[in-house]
Amino acid sequence: MQPSVADATPVVIHTEHLSKQYETEAGPVPALKDVNVDIRKGEFVSIMGPSGSGKSTFMNILGCLDLPSGGRYVLDGSDVSTLNRNQLAQLRNNVIGFVFQGFNLLQRASIADNVALPLVYAGVPRAERERRARDMLARVGLGAHMHHAPNQISGGQQQRVAIARALVNNPRLVLADEPTGNLDTATSQEIMKLLVELNERDGITIVLVTHEADIAAYARRLVQFVDGHVTHDGDVTHLHHARAGVTS
Amino acid sequence: MTRAMLAEAWRAMGANRLRTFLTMLGMMIGVAAVIMMLAVGRGAQSTVEDSIATMGSNLFIVLSGSSTASGVRIGTGNAPTLTLNDADAIGELNSVGGVAPVSPGSAQIVYGSNNWGTFVTGTTPSYVDVANWTIDSGEMFSDADVRASARVAVLGATVAKNLFEEEEAVGKVIRVRGSPFTVVGTMARKGQSLDGRDQDDTVFIPVTTAQRKVFGSQFPGTVRFIQVKAKTAEAMPAAEREMAQLLRQRHRLSDRADDDFDIRNMTAVANAAAATAKVMSLMLGAIASISLLVGGIGIMNIMLVSVTERTREIGIRIAIGARERDILTQFLLEAIIISLFGSLIGVVLGVGAAAIANAAASITVIVTMGSILLAFSVAAAIGVFFGFYPASKAAHLKPIDALRYQ
Repeated sequence: MQPSVADATPVVIHTEHLSKQYETEAGPVPALKDVNVDIRKGEFVSIMGPSGSGKSTFMNILGCLDLPSGGRYVLDGSDVSTLNRNQLAQLRNNVIGFVFQGFNLLQRASIADNVALPLVYAGVPRAERERRARDMLARVGLGAHMHHAPNQISGGQQQRVAIARALVNNPRLVLADEPTGNLDTATSQEIMKLLVELNERDGITIVLVTHEADIAAYARRLVQFVDGHVTHDGDVTHLHHARAGVTS
Repeated sequence: MTRAMLAEAWRAMGANRLRTFLTMLGMMIGVAAVIMMLAVGRGAQSTVEDSIATMGSNLFIVLSGSSTASGVRIGTGNAPTLTLNDADAIGELNSVGGVAPVSPGSAQIVYGSNNWGTFVTGTTPSYVDVANWTIDSGEMFSDADVRASARVAVLGATVAKNLFEEEEAVGKVIRVRGSPFTVVGTMARKGQSLDGRDQDDTVFIPVTTAQRKVFGSQFPGTVRFIQVKAKTAEAMPAAEREMAQLLRQRHRLSDRADDDFDIRNMTAVANAAAATAKVMSLMLGAIASISLLVGGIGIMNIMLVSVTERTREIGIRIAIGARERDILTQFLLEAIIISLFGSLIGVVLGVGAAAIANAAASITVIVTMGSILLAFSVAAAIGVFFGFYPASKAAHLKPIDALRYQ
């Protein structure tokens, strides 16, 4: 299987024999088994799999929200297992940008404040925070809505805000966990087009989790999970008929 | 950073105004109660201290002993064992600064159409100094008046007011138990004594006049008690010892006989009263501070609810890069703001309530800067203390659990 990006480009994500098991009263339940995936800068990767296949667990580990039980995960050159909580927080802040299914905006804060929040934790001065949040909102097509509250705009717009928030601190990597799961088809396509544009024009590395083939087909590479194993890692051509079927 | 966090805390508090207010209310009541109780205590203390100041310093009262008649013992001060000569002899002691023998009694006093039943103090001019009185107008009667058993009187402020109202008393003639006395002076107001008696409700006449012409006595020349002022506070133990020795000698008591007099150290009594007032004041403060503690627990309670409610929000913040320290600061800041605002309002309430109590009730209430600072800083400390547990609970949430929380 050939990755679509040349081998010379730097590796952003490297996993080696990655495993995860959850301790339950009935004994350990494995969620990931021996996952070896490399993702290079500028890639757009879809992760697919049925419920319980381990794709969300994998995503959470990639996002430093959860830690693996075994194996190695190297993010942007640092072995995550050797980092302390503060260093992990720093990775989440300036290496990773998250986009969630439920948008996860702070309802009490304005859209501009939501977008600027990662910069607050990065210690960026106020004036610069405001400027960068404004620029980023304009970038996702929401320049006019800066001072609205999240509940005053549509779901598609909220997801754009979330994307702006994910991008505002110039991350190496955007992790999108079912970003279109709460959106209708037309809005889903808009959001996916925005992600594609960000990937193609700005070279932002994107890892997307979805269970919809037509959404996964926007990516250039597909990693499929079944029962905690990677069963497919390669191109998305076999998905294109699904995408074509929806868009036509 | 701090500004953004303050704004955030403000938003969070504004999101549930009623709850924020109720949490603050605990702090308000606590701080107001502490300030108020300390003020009441301080007021009581100062009332006692004022009474002590009017009593005169380094004071002893020498009472005559009990008497036994047909096996019936009568209380201290009834046996006619102390004489004017005893008083003079005590006055000669080096450790003693002043002596005033007292023959008290009560009498109905008449001036014009006014009459007033009061306490008559038969004494000598030195009483003014020993018992710490001040002449308001006229003068104290003289030693010559005492020698001559003159019918002269000095009025306490209460008596002067009841008999003369606004009229000038000095030079007028009043009747004490029917006999005419010339008023030579009036005393300045002194206020309540430690036991709450009106010290100004009395008339001073020469001790000899009291004995011979007003009350009479089966035992001429004896007095009920002698007030003695030691030269200095340090001289008090020596004065007490020397007086006892002198009186035993003068009364020709054998070594085995009991004292036929009783020396009371009034300064010790006063100090005990002052100490009591102080303990009282501390106790009131301690009781009130319990309400501060309860207020603090209220803060903790609400903050814990708030942390649980906002678990998802905490998860989002962690996901976009908040460190433990950031989350901790955020929740701690809310607790501190609530307790600071609560105690600020509590200070205003407490000071206001004290002012009202002063104006409306007859008790003295004194708010000191110290008590305000104490209540305020304790409240702030309680805010930090009780805010810390919920805040650290929030900061230590696992990112994935917090984010999944519904």
